Amino acid sequence: MNASVQTPLYAEGELPRYARHIVLREIGGPGQARLKRARVLVVGAGGLGAPVLMYLAAAGVGHITLVDDDTVSLSNLQRQVVHSEDRLGMEKVHSACHTLRGLNPYVRLTPIAQRLDAETAAALVQGQDLVIDAVDNLETRHLLNAACVAAGVPLLSGAISQWEGQMTLYDPARGAPCLACLFPVIPDTAAQQTCTAAGVVGALPGIVGSMMAAEAIKHLTGAGLSLHGRLMLLDVLWGENRTIAVTRRPGCPVCGHVHGDTA
Amino acid sequence: MQTLDILYFAWLRERVAAPREIIATAAATVADLVTELAARSPGHAAAFADHAAIRVALDQHLADLAAPLSGVREVAFFPPMTGG
Repeated sequence: MNASVQTPLYAEGELPRYARHIVLREIGGPGQARLKRARVLVVGAGGLGAPVLMYLAAAGVGHITLVDDDTVSLSNLQRQVVHSEDRLGMEKVHSACHTLRGLNPYVRLTPIAQRLDAETAAALVQGQDLVIDAVDNLETRHLLNAACVAAGVPLLSGAISQWEGQMTLYDPARGAPCLACLFPVIPDTAAQQTCTAAGVVGALPGIVGSMMAAEAIKHLTGAGLSLHGRLMLLDVLWGENRTIAVTRRPGCPVCGHVHGDTA
Repeated sequence: MQTLDILYFAWLRERVAAPREIIATAAATVADLVTELAARSPGHAAAFADHAAIRVALDQHLADLAAPLSGVREVAFFPPMTGG
């Protein structure tokens, strides 16, 4: 451990790969160092997780923990571009790590091939600078939200269906709403449109997931204006996009205690 | 009466079969408007059949069913989305 104090932040030969970040006024050397020191948890290595993981690894985020219990299937490859035909049947987290190591061998990766439950969520969000929700079901989204609220860790959340996406940064510890503030009611199963049941255009998770990666980079480096308190809605089919100001719900059963609300 | 731009996202848009419509209404609140919209067609009725999970934004600000519509120009309805 003593040696780590002297260990340089970057490996020999690593820094030039971040040259285009370093020339950006909003990131620069200090921002790149923040990315290198950052710990990010990405839950879901599917459609949204693919571009999130690839761009964050390529960007030089220091330590990425990725969680998914699924394996790569043929119908994934239409949009989950972190995986490939020769890795069909492989656990998605291991398939993704294969691609990520090819993009940037200097990123520390912790693959966890299991479904998130309350206990593992609580343990995994601890110590993260940012948690990214790229999950495919509302139950796990709410479970992850509760764990992030309890730990005071911001949660960048994206969701897609068919031709549309939505995205925001949940962060009740710093004044933004949590998932349960914004969507207190989970619709019945019939109204929940999973990609499996409702379909999804292949490029959509590429668009929304890439925007999530950009939001993550902004959040970690402090660049620009984040989606803190703003929900972005994108309709790729009709070109209707809106950014909606969202606020905490007083008395929210999940995050109300953070603000001393009475239930 | 006032004229409102109504926007539908995700499965609301699919059931209404249009991303937006312009309507003239005397509805005083979002709840009144939802009742009025649900009566416009079977598709609208299906869209608002289970509206507990649906959220609404008035002029790009999150609101609730009791919110008044006076002075509002745009109403956007959107559900939580699931897929990843």
